[in-house]
Amino acid sequence: MYTETQIINHTADELVVNVGPQHPATHGVLHLVITLQGETIKKVEPHLGYIHRSIEKMCESLTYRQFIYASSRMDYLSAHINNHACALVVEKGMQIEVPERAQYIRVIMDELTRIASHELWWGAMAMDLGAFTPFFYAFREREVITEIMEETCGARLTMNYMVPGGVMSDIHPDFQRRVKEFIQLFKSKIDEYDELVTGNVIFQNRTKGVGYLSKEDAISYGCSGAVARASGVSCDIRKLYPYDVYDKVVFDEILETAGDSFARYMIRMREMRESVKIIEQLIDNIPEGDYQAKTKAVLKLPKGDFYQRVETARGELGVYIVSEGATTPYRIKFRSPGFSNLSALDQMARGGKIGDLMATMGTLDLVIPDIDR
Amino acid sequence: MDVKFIPELKNEQQEAFPGQVIPTPGGGIIASTIQDVINWARSNSLWPLTFATSCCGIEMMSVASSKYDFSRFGFEVARASPRQADVIIVAGTIVQKMAPVLKRLYDQMADPKYVIAMGACAISGGPFFYNTYSVVKGADHVIPVDVYIPGCPPRPEALLHALITLQGKIKSGLTREQIKANPIQL
Amino acid sequence: MTNESIKEFVSNALPSATFDESGEFFTILIDAEQWKPLATLLHSMPHNFDYLFCLTCVDWKTHFTTVYHLTSTDHRRAIVVKAKVDRNDPLIDTVSDIWKTAEFHEREVFDLFGVRFKNHPDLRRLILTDDFEGYPLRKDFEDAVNMIKL
Repeated sequence: MYTETQIINHTADELVVNVGPQHPATHGVLHLVITLQGETIKKVEPHLGYIHRSIEKMCESLTYRQFIYASSRMDYLSAHINNHACALVVEKGMQIEVPERAQYIRVIMDELTRIASHELWWGAMAMDLGAFTPFFYAFREREVITEIMEETCGARLTMNYMVPGGVMSDIHPDFQRRVKEFIQLFKSKIDEYDELVTGNVIFQNRTKGVGYLSKEDAISYGCSGAVARASGVSCDIRKLYPYDVYDKVVFDEILETAGDSFARYMIRMREMRESVKIIEQLIDNIPEGDYQAKTKAVLKLPKGDFYQRVETARGELGVYIVSEGATTPYRIKFRSPGFSNLSALDQMARGGKIGDLMATMGTLDLVIPDIDR
Repeated sequence: MDVKFIPELKNEQQEAFPGQVIPTPGGGIIASTIQDVINWARSNSLWPLTFATSCCGIEMMSVASSKYDFSRFGFEVARASPRQADVIIVAGTIVQKMAPVLKRLYDQMADPKYVIAMGACAISGGPFFYNTYSVVKGADHVIPVDVYIPGCPPRPEALLHALITLQGKIKSGLTREQIKANPIQL
Repeated sequence: MTNESIKEFVSNALPSATFDESGEFFTILIDAEQWKPLATLLHSMPHNFDYLFCLTCVDWKTHFTTVYHLTSTDHRRAIVVKAKVDRNDPLIDTVSDIWKTAEFHEREVFDLFGVRFKNHPDLRRLILTDDFEGYPLRKDFEDAVNMIKL
């Protein structure tokens, strides 16, 4: 076991409590060491590494087509988006041109993944705060999306569908019809979700004014995604540095200024509606053509470094490859959104109670394998 | 009164209630052994421990939710405390830092306890087998495992099949060493 | 805010810095001792590079290079700073007082590479076990027991 190497100077009525690593509310194996005075939190210290699978070292011996499977196991709830980032960085390095049809399919899959991830977040957050019903409602819709994915990609959770050059195989003939049916179903369901949780008085009292993060702190801590947008920082990568067909679709970037947990919650609920808008604009206009560009059999990136950023459901994912011209990367670094968002947790949780800590952690939307890599 | 649910499982493991019915006027009597009845009761109400480290945890959560419900098999009460749980479903990779925690949780569980290794990572390290310095190559390096489920991640139906296999194993009343000596067709 | 203005601004303060404009981002190459003054300079107005979004290290077998990706939220420009660090005694200044996100990132670099950061508030291992020996992401890391080579 690890030993506590930092000496904590505490007075007689301070209590040090461990939350995790095995805990139903930590969404994975996160170990928090909380220093309490009564029920007020004085300090929160995260201990990481309980799912550190040495992905960066492992990818140094995998080729540029093989390392994509490792990225989808990092943040498994946005598996398509992670794979998309890896495929984009290889295409950027080798100057491969992706056909239009593949770009449309990629963006539709990304947005479906974003909806599925936000649904699971909603269900899990409500369960942390004590409401068990939203969990089952969220999984009911999520099953529809995973069935659509399974028909086309072959897997439910970790589909390695994006390859450098396009997508691995063409979409199923039923794909467009099923996605349109899902959108019709989802529009009524999301109103149901709002009715169930958003307007609930207990939920609002537990999340309004809790876990405040100011705009300067959000920038200084490197937060991204809904956490930064709730404090007023405009950082949606789909708008600032668009990739694939994101510059051709019309959608809003949602900003709030309150900076508390309720603002983060509302941003994700509205992001789900924006994703539906994006899918509606694209689903009927998928152009004909190739689904994969012709690439060489063995991919070798030229010497140099390449960086690609995408917007996952959690925030900004960056893939940084340093290449020496070989078939495997010399150094690969995944800049994960959860790592920076977690470092702001101490700031947000001080002075609150433990119940507030659970509400704040729920809105940060952490996936721990993404943080530990 | 034997109802066969799944054809390939052996006959005596698939009855609704173990024992022989003796019809008598005014009802009937079921004659059985205490061990059979206890095994039947134990296998139909296993309480799992919520232990999910990575991606397989999401498939376990889908099994817990409404489409592939596992509370029909008695697994409804998923307890967070190991003192109150019977079966630990190791869903996800075990790394060097987490292995002592897993051992401690297993030790805290009360006998009889069972372990299911779900997913390729828990069986043998999975996709993280080569060139990693921190992954324990299989949960059975740490705790003894009863049922292994291959897949990355395995389908929810595969997890349900594993749960039914575990139930069959409990009803048969054999220990792990006895099963290794004479493998039964489950 | 063009490449030229940044070049001029930095060269006035640090004459020995070199520039590289071939990649995707504008790159500044410096030595480890010059990092703190350059960081304070870049963080102050008018350039205001206030968002540090990636901090990592690369092992080049003869020396290390710590790489910092910075961007400015007002002007929407990203630059990269690469600092050369000696391999036998890797030591560089911390920037966790300028950008708070560096605290966790520097702990991770220390954990995996062994680069020590001066004046860091809390430099200890983050993601490996406390009794781990060695620094795994270095190119000469050998572990016969755990690492099974393909």
